[in-house]
Amino acid sequence: MENWHKVCELADIPQLGARVVKGKNCDIALFRDAGDRIYALHDRCPHKGGPLSQGIVGNGRVTCPLHGMTIDLEAGRAVSPDEGCTDRFEVKIDQGIVYLLV
Amino acid sequence: MQKLKLVVVGNGMAGMRAVEELLKIAPDLYDITVFGAEPHPNYNRIMLSPVLAGEQKFEDIILNDLAWYEENGIRLHLGKKVLKINRKERVAEAEEGFSVEYDRLLLATGSSPFILPIPGRDLDGVIPYRDISDTQAMIDAAEKYRKAVVIGGGLLGLEAANGLRQRGMDVTVVHLAPWLMERQLDRTAGRMLQRELEKRGLEFMLERKTEALLGKEGRVCGVKFSDGEEIPADLVVMAVGIKPNTQLAESAGIHCNRGIVVDDTMQTFDPKIYAVGECVSHRGTSYGLVAPLFDMAKVCANHLAMMGIGRYAGSYTATKLKVTGVDLFSAGNFDGDEHSEEIVLNDAAGGVYKKITIRDGKIIGAVLYGDTVDGQWYFRMLKEKQDIGELRGHLMFGESHLGNAGHEGRVQASNMTDDMEVCGCNGVCKGTIARAIKEKGLFTLDEVRKHTKASSSCGSCTGLVEQILASTLGGGYSPKTSAEKPVCACTEHTHDDVRCAIRDEKLLSISETMAFMNWKTPNGCATCRPALNYYLISTWPHEAADDPQSRFVNERVHANIQKDGTFSVVPRMYGGITNPKQLHKIADVAEKYNVPMVKVTGGQRIDLLGVKREDLPAIWADLDMPSGYAYGKSIRTVKTCVGTEFCRFGTQDSTGLGIMLEQAFDRMWAPHKVKMAVSGCPRNCAESTIKDVGIIGVDSGWEIYVAGNGGIKAEVSQFFVKVKTREEAMEYSGAFLQLYREEAYYLERTVHWIGRVGLDYAKSRIVENDENRRALYQRLLYALSGERDPWKNIVESTKKPLFESLVVEA
Ligand code: SRM
Ligand SMILES: Cc1cc2nc3c(=O)[nH]c(=O)nc-3n(C[C@H](O)[C@H](O)[C@H](O)COP(=O)(O)OP(=O)(O)OC[C@H]3O[C@@H](n4cnc5c(N)ncnc54)[C@H](O)[C@@H]3O)c2cc1C
Ligand code: SF4
Ligand code: FES
Repeated sequence: MENWHKVCELADIPQLGARVVKGKNCDIALFRDAGDRIYALHDRCPHKGGPLSQGIVGNGRVTCPLHGMTIDLEAGRAVSPDEGCTDRFEVKIDQGIVYLLV
Repeated sequence: MQKLKLVVVGNGMAGMRAVEELLKIAPDLYDITVFGAEPHPNYNRIMLSPVLAGEQKFEDIILNDLAWYEENGIRLHLGKKVLKINRKERVAEAEEGFSVEYDRLLLATGSSPFILPIPGRDLDGVIPYRDISDTQAMIDAAEKYRKAVVIGGGLLGLEAANGLRQRGMDVTVVHLAPWLMERQLDRTAGRMLQRELEKRGLEFMLERKTEALLGKEGRVCGVKFSDGEEIPADLVVMAVGIKPNTQLAESAGIHCNRGIVVDDTMQTFDPKIYAVGECVSHRGTSYGLVAPLFDMAKVCANHLAMMGIGRYAGSYTATKLKVTGVDLFSAGNFDGDEHSEEIVLNDAAGGVYKKITIRDGKIIGAVLYGDTVDGQWYFRMLKEKQDIGELRGHLMFGESHLGNAGHEGRVQASNMTDDMEVCGCNGVCKGTIARAIKEKGLFTLDEVRKHTKASSSCGSCTGLVEQILASTLGGGYSPKTSAEKPVCACTEHTHDDVRCAIRDEKLLSISETMAFMNWKTPNGCATCRPALNYYLISTWPHEAADDPQSRFVNERVHANIQKDGTFSVVPRMYGGITNPKQLHKIADVAEKYNVPMVKVTGGQRIDLLGVKREDLPAIWADLDMPSGYAYGKSIRTVKTCVGTEFCRFGTQDSTGLGIMLEQAFDRMWAPHKVKMAVSGCPRNCAESTIKDVGIIGVDSGWEIYVAGNGGIKAEVSQFFVKVKTREEAMEYSGAFLQLYREEAYYLERTVHWIGRVGLDYAKSRIVENDENRRALYQRLLYALSGERDPWKNIVESTKKPLFESLVVEA
């Protein structure tokens, strides 16, 4: 059964940055963009498994720190011409608290 | 809002590139209508030669398929020629009484082959070489007939002749000039080319003027020359030149002078009408290669988008012949004049010929045959008008790719077979690169990097990839110099533009800079943000904000990320000196945190590898040693030898100076990493001659060498200055580093920066100008003052959020 779980406060995630959540089965990266939207992706680059949470965030994308593949945060998919995708998770913000559906 | 109406006349390479560029920057501004006289979507005209030679199919060379037009909402009229422009009413009138209104009109009508005005030119079997229907006509003829005559021994003629020969025809090339490609090659290179092509079965008749084409029953059967000789021919290809298509513009009263005359914004004399491509005349020049057209397209799109920046200032072009196995390169004015001089290498037996033309200490032209490895290097120096100065003696021997690692030391792409590896980091072969260029329509180094990954990691194979690009695109490739290139796709501005704006406008944050410079993306990307961050903190130390989210992970967490997401910890050991107490501490930490590997690095210190992110702050606290900055664009190590302390040959205290340097500069950020070394005598055990700053002790003082590099491409450093005391050594080294910090582009190592600005320039600012040197040194000391050790900072701060993971609460 999936449920909404509290993870942290919005302020715990730096703008244009990310935090890692230790999930049950895998690490989940929570990204915060300049407009305070939060995106949750499996913290694993489709290329060779790099930790996306450690990448540079901007323009709705994150650049993997290992070999520079760029992943669209909304779609969880590599930006063309690269190919590959990573799992997305549902997140919401309610009164400054971030919740994850896991 | 009602969209503006843009009508494009000409569905070719320049027109569609302008539309692509426009869609990138202003996707919603225009309703776009495109007219193309040919019945095909836009294709890669330069790949007609591989199609003719049977190496590729027409489908492979389509650049924009019909779905692309549809996806972008472009109304496309194929097989419809625009016949008239009514400028008063702003209406373009096409065939079959079809007319469309415009707010802006873009003329991209290309050019037409020139047909000799001689009897018989209308016979069947006489064709030009311009489009796919001409190519198909040649392919069909090759199936039925044997004897082909190509009139014109220039680029197009030779490519046609080669293709027809590969399709089994007997081919004779007739040429008016005394040697082939006389506008691109000098006599010697032209002769070498002829010999090579003769070996492949082509025949040549030089210095022959064609007087008439002979026919039988409406089809060509022979060629007659002015000296009376006649030869048989079943197919005649005319490749004697092109002329810009200006009829349409002229009939509408737009000013033309051989081409449609445009200004630097690609605007014609009618401000509503723009023109790009082979049809234009810009500052009196018309171009016949794709590289300049693409530059025009970019500028034109910018003005159509009403952004009003960007000027087209003309292009330098280089030439390559797209005949597999023929290796030639030419650029600029290789014939020279009475004020120029030449350096020539002529190895007839080895099939290599090189000529470089020089005027006032600058390269103005080059012709290379048989070995074109350095073509792009010469071309870049020509474009940059670089003073060759001390390089003169080395020019012929090339850019010394000798130290290049990762592709078996190979430097010449033309000698490689398709299955040989070009990019050792990503395992990409030559054939894969060439195929991608042809089939995906790639034109630049960046595009090849994106699509194939070749040259996208360490970059040591860049020279090889450029050669493959140049020979596949036949001069359609024009390398951009680092000074011309925008920082990244988020902006039009170059590194110099950004640095100047930050300094002159006193910009203090990334968002301020992006707003001031009209950045195209909301918050930049992983390429521009770290560059901006560096420019800000180096220009305004203690004032500009350092933004951790704009730093690469290594600099954000002060450790090197590894393939499995763990990190490495390298504490400083100044000058490579350690002691039992430090070694104990390192051993204890390694045991306590189960560090999987402890390694002595190539930089004279100890690396703890495989550390978990969460453990980093605790390890730093236990170690209680300064950060070694092994992760940063910053001072890495100052390698030393034992020197006078113990060595029987030592003339100076190298360890002492090394420690002084490392302690003084150790928290210095730089455009790229900086490595130094101090050796105690010319035996040079600290390898000072491959460092960014390398110092060698001699009996009478210290010799300082700069701009060496031991990495991807080994480069020996150059002698900079000799000084007497340690204090002077500190000041000169520090001033050099500060000049580098202030003026190099982000991610440019000292060797590449000095390569760009010249060692003489650095000497003039530092060695020959005492006041300036002291000022530079003072600015460095000011920037470093108060910089705290980053590990200690984190250990002492109460919040360590970057390092800890979050957990899901139940
Ligand atoms: C640890 C070390 C290898 C070793 O075990 O000895 C090392 C390890 C790495 N080097 Fe190096 N280099 C190490 C000495 C060198 C040296 C030798 C030296 O410094 O004396 C060189 C050649 C000298 C030079 O730079 O001029 C060297 C030339 C490079 C280069 C190519 C630089 C160039 O401009 O050509 C890179 C790639 C880059 O920087 O972009 C690189 C990049 C790397 C990176 C950081 C790869 C990366 O970008 O993630 C490696 C990190 C591995 C890890 O997971 O921790 N490493 N690297 C050495 C650390 C020295 C130190 O104590 O700080
Ligand atoms: C065989 C061959 C090999 C080449 N090899 C190379 C090479 O190796 N490297 C290189 O850099 N360059 C090469 N070129 C040159 C390069 O192809 C041209 O520079 C480039 O295609 C010019 O682009 P353009 O858009 O100006 O003209 P084009 O691509 O010719 O496009 C113009 C289009 O406009 C259409 N048109 C004209 N008038 C009208 C009208 N009134 N109404 C509607 N449509 C109209 C034409 O039919 C044509 O389709 C080669 C050219 C040829 C023919
Ligand atoms: S340590 Fe250096 S040479 Fe070794 S694999 Fe990593 S980058 Fe390459
Ligand atoms: S693992 Fe992400 S780019 Fe290679």
